[in-house]
Amino acid sequence: MPLVNGGKIVDDSFVKLAVDTPLPESGDILVPAERFVGEAEALLKRTGKVGVIWPNNRDIDELVPYLGKVATVALVFPTFRDGRAYSQARLLRERYNYRGDLRATGQILRDQFVFMLRAGFDSFEVKKQADAEAFMQTAKRYSVFYQPTGDGRITALHRRMQLRHSEGVGT
Amino acid sequence: MYAYDEIDRTLVNERVSEFRDQVKRRLSGELTEDEFKILRLQNGVYLQLHAYMFRVAIPYGTLASNQLRALAHVARKYDRGYGHFTTRQNIQFNWIKLAELPDALADLAEVGIHAMQTSGNNMRNVTSDQWAGVAPGEIEDPRIWSELIRQHTTLHPEFSFLPRKFKIAITASDHDRAAIKIHDIGLRLIKNEKGETGFEVLVGGGLGRTPFIGKTIKHFVHGRDILSYIEAILRVYNQYGRRDNIYKARIKILVHELGIEKFSREVEEEWQHIRNSSLQIDDEVIEDIRSRFTYPSYEKLPHNPDELRQAAADPDFEAWRKNSVAPHKVQGYSIVTISLKPIGAPPGDATAEQMDALADLADRYSFGEIRVGHEQNLALPHVAKRDLPALWKALDKLGLATPNVNLITDIIACPGLDYCSLANARSIPIAQELTRRFANHELANLIGRLHINISGCINACGHHHVGHIGILGVEKNGEEVYQITIGGRADEGAALGNLIGPGVKFDEVADVVEDVVEAYLALRERPEELFIDTVKRLGVEPFKERVYATR
Repeated sequence: MPLVNGGKIVDDSFVKLAVDTPLPESGDILVPAERFVGEAEALLKRTGKVGVIWPNNRDIDELVPYLGKVATVALVFPTFRDGRAYSQARLLRERYNYRGDLRATGQILRDQFVFMLRAGFDSFEVKKQADAEAFMQTAKRYSVFYQPTGDGRITALHRRMQLRHSEGVGT
Repeated sequence: MYAYDEIDRTLVNERVSEFRDQVKRRLSGELTEDEFKILRLQNGVYLQLHAYMFRVAIPYGTLASNQLRALAHVARKYDRGYGHFTTRQNIQFNWIKLAELPDALADLAEVGIHAMQTSGNNMRNVTSDQWAGVAPGEIEDPRIWSELIRQHTTLHPEFSFLPRKFKIAITASDHDRAAIKIHDIGLRLIKNEKGETGFEVLVGGGLGRTPFIGKTIKHFVHGRDILSYIEAILRVYNQYGRRDNIYKARIKILVHELGIEKFSREVEEEWQHIRNSSLQIDDEVIEDIRSRFTYPSYEKLPHNPDELRQAAADPDFEAWRKNSVAPHKVQGYSIVTISLKPIGAPPGDATAEQMDALADLADRYSFGEIRVGHEQNLALPHVAKRDLPALWKALDKLGLATPNVNLITDIIACPGLDYCSLANARSIPIAQELTRRFANHELANLIGRLHINISGCINACGHHHVGHIGILGVEKNGEEVYQITIGGRADEGAALGNLIGPGVKFDEVADVVEDVVEAYLALRERPEELFIDTVKRLGVEPFKERVYATR
């Protein structure tokens, strides 16, 4: 499954651990929330980056104390019709000011890219190669946005205000 | 009328091109039907019994004449020459071809019409009072706020994959024509003691298999906070609404399971985090949206012009005027409701020719504006009273002057088993038969205001729970069986109807309704007591006794 980051298909340095997989000596690991919370101290002590896979029905508040220590947070879309992780993503970015890597996992199609970018995701485990290859093109599909989110894109309402004021200067 | 600006136009065009790509990927096999299903539903495309159905949004029920012509064009070019107006200010086309859909959308986009979020588990078309902006006594035009919310809910990056569909309705009048109490969020526009605009917010209303009347979650939310408050409700719902069972996924179930107090505490807590964010809207933003609504330049006209006095001699005109013409906030003008319920025809249908002709009449008599109401009728919102006789003649020629608005033959019905893949029973033929039974205008008039609502399955698209008489078709041992309720209503006094007895067969429905009506005529205290008031006064029992005595 291709990983897209920064708009490009990249190698995934992280190895996903199951709840009971033995801990590798080194290297980057992605750990299920349950295991991460239980073994956080030990996991964070080893060399290599640590990321956590956070299920979409687990309260994000529980993750907050670790946000400065993890290298990535992977949120889950069990099917693309299950949109809970969009809320989790926005909370992490906008309420808890998480600045690290935020990865979308699960059933990820190109049709969600814009929503996900707006919600604060920056890495995407894309289901289909063709969708991963179309990432840049798809991400630019929309040029106007109605809602403010933490991604900083200017909203329609604000753009209109700017237009009003700039017109006002000339008259 | 709201006129799109460059931003609105760009967004709709970008959505059309995205959908074109999605259809292309489906046709090439790149997308499976399972994947495509969710994507097409996000844009109003259902797979029905015979073909794809295409549902187009008419936000808050306001249409310009050129938009109505574009809908006629779609009906003619891509469908079979007609469209069906629904109970949520949408129009549906029943015979559309998938490969042609992107072109139909592009044609509609040219006049500022879209199909975004008219189905799927997202925030649906924002609906409002079809008399918004013209009803006497209205606090202010709710369409300004409807448009603000339409924009905010369109392609929302967080709430496009909700547990289930989500519907918002707004009213600004004491008499609620927008049925806000049966919506996921109902907004009643009010003023606080300082004269500032805000909303009473209701949550958790809805019909379907578990009907609920919405409950007030907050008595006053200031207009500047309305987006953040809605966002808070949606965020709680998105995270905690049930996703394990489609029938328990609507917000009404979450509100019911948590209780309104606990639910409102959750919302309040979330709201406190976000209310002072960029979601807060200042007056300037509202003014900017308001400035893109155009209002007619009304003339100073007499209250009772000669033309109207002369026409009063014609009993046919008077019959129509009495039930189709309503007072306007400006003297000399009227609001004219156009019945899409001719005797013997499917409720809510209009042909391309009717739509085109109506667009012309709107240009001539109603400042180019048409409205769509949840009762599946249309309206011309600004007709000078002196023009009423001429308008009536023109409507009559088009088959659009049936004098039955709010009478027993003004029936709400879903498409039912004739079109819909979810239906268990037919709705349209029941409606057709009932209109024939009560075709006599004298009789219908004698009965007075009475709303019959018909759904062909438990999903309740025909709003049967809130019909004065509600008819629900179900399937029992391979047969269509109809359950009949009385006493429901969708207005400010919203209530769910009660069953009057065991279900009856298809052939018996009209007989039972006739018996219910006969019972009412015998039971009412005086001719002015409406059916719904008699039921309220006496309850179901006396009706049940009379209707089922001989069954």
